[in-house]
Amino acid sequence: MSVRCDEIDIQLSEVAAGNVTLPRASRRHVEGCLRCQAELVQYRRILAALRAMRTEVLEPAPGLIADILTQIEVAGERTAIRSLLNNHKAAYLGGLAAATAAGAAGAILVASRNRRSRVSLAS
Amino acid sequence: MNESPEELDELVVAARGGDRAAFDELVRRTTASTYTLALRLTNNEEDARDVTQEAYMRAYRGLKNYRGDAQFTTWLYRITANCASTFLTTRRRHRHDEFPEGLELADARAQTDVEGGASNADLREQLDWALAQLPPRLRAVVVLRDVYDLPHEAIASELGISVSAAKVRLHRARLKLRSTLYPELDRVDVRAV
Repeated sequence: MSVRCDEIDIQLSEVAAGNVTLPRASRRHVEGCLRCQAELVQYRRILAALRAMRTEVLEPAPGLIADILTQIEVAGERTAIRSLLNNHKAAYLGGLAAATAAGAAGAILVASRNRRSRVSLAS
Repeated sequence: MNESPEELDELVVAARGGDRAAFDELVRRTTASTYTLALRLTNNEEDARDVTQEAYMRAYRGLKNYRGDAQFTTWLYRITANCASTFLTTRRRHRHDEFPEGLELADARAQTDVEGGASNADLREQLDWALAQLPPRLRAVVVLRDVYDLPHEAIASELGISVSAAKVRLHRARLKLRSTLYPELDRVDVRAV
C-alpha cells in the first residue's frame, strides 16, 4: 500500500525531534520522496535553532530586579503584619478562654462549698 | 539560567526556611532567564516585565509548596508560563486589537529568500520573526516544548488545556514556523513521488 505525503506530514516534525520512528511503509515513502526529505531536514534545522535559544538570555531593562524585590518586600511586610495580628487575636482568644474556664471553675467550687455547708447545717 | 542547580538548591532550601536574603539572591540570579521566557511568550517588553514580576510574587508565596522533585528553574518556568497565559487571556478580553489567528502578515524577510528558504546563517534571526508571527497560544506551546523542553503534561497543566490540545497546537505551531521559514515547500496537492 502506497503512502501519501499528507498522510505522514503530521509525524515528520516528531520524527525530526527524535520522538517517534516511522513505520516501515512510511519510511520507504520518505526514502523515495524528495519533498518529505526536504521537509524533514527543515524541521531538524528549526528544532535545532529552537533548542539553541534555550541558552540565550535577554537582559531586561534596568530596574526590574529592584521592582521585584520591592514588591516582595511589601508582600513580606503585609504577611508579617497579618501573622502578627493573627497571633494577637489568638492570644486574646486564648486569654478569654482561660478566663472563662477559671470563672467557671470558681463558680463550681463556690457552688459545691455552699452545698456542703447546707448539708452540715441540716444535719 | 547559568547558575548550577546545586547553588540554586542551597538558596532554595534557605529561602524555604524563611531566609529573605536567600530568596532575593534567587531573584537576582534567575531574573534574566525568567524575563527571557516571559518575553518569548508575550512578545512585548512591558508585558514581559509584568509577567516576570507576577511570576516572582507567586513563587514567593508558593515556595513552601515547591517539593524539589523538579529543578527550581523548571518550577519557575512553569509559574511564568501560567502567569503569561493568564496575562494574555485577560488582555485579550480587554483588548480587541489582536490579529486573528491565521492572518498572514506581509514581511519583506519572508519573501527575499524564494529559492532555498532560510539558510543556517540567517535562520536564527528569521526564527525570532517567525515566532513573533505565531498566535500567542501556538507560540506558548512551541516555546515551552521546543525551547524549554517542558513535557506535554506540564504545558497542558500551566496553559489550562488538555494534553491532546497541547500536542495539536505544537504540531500546528511547527507547521506554521516551517511554512513561514521555508515557504517554497508549502504543500499544495502534494503526492508521493
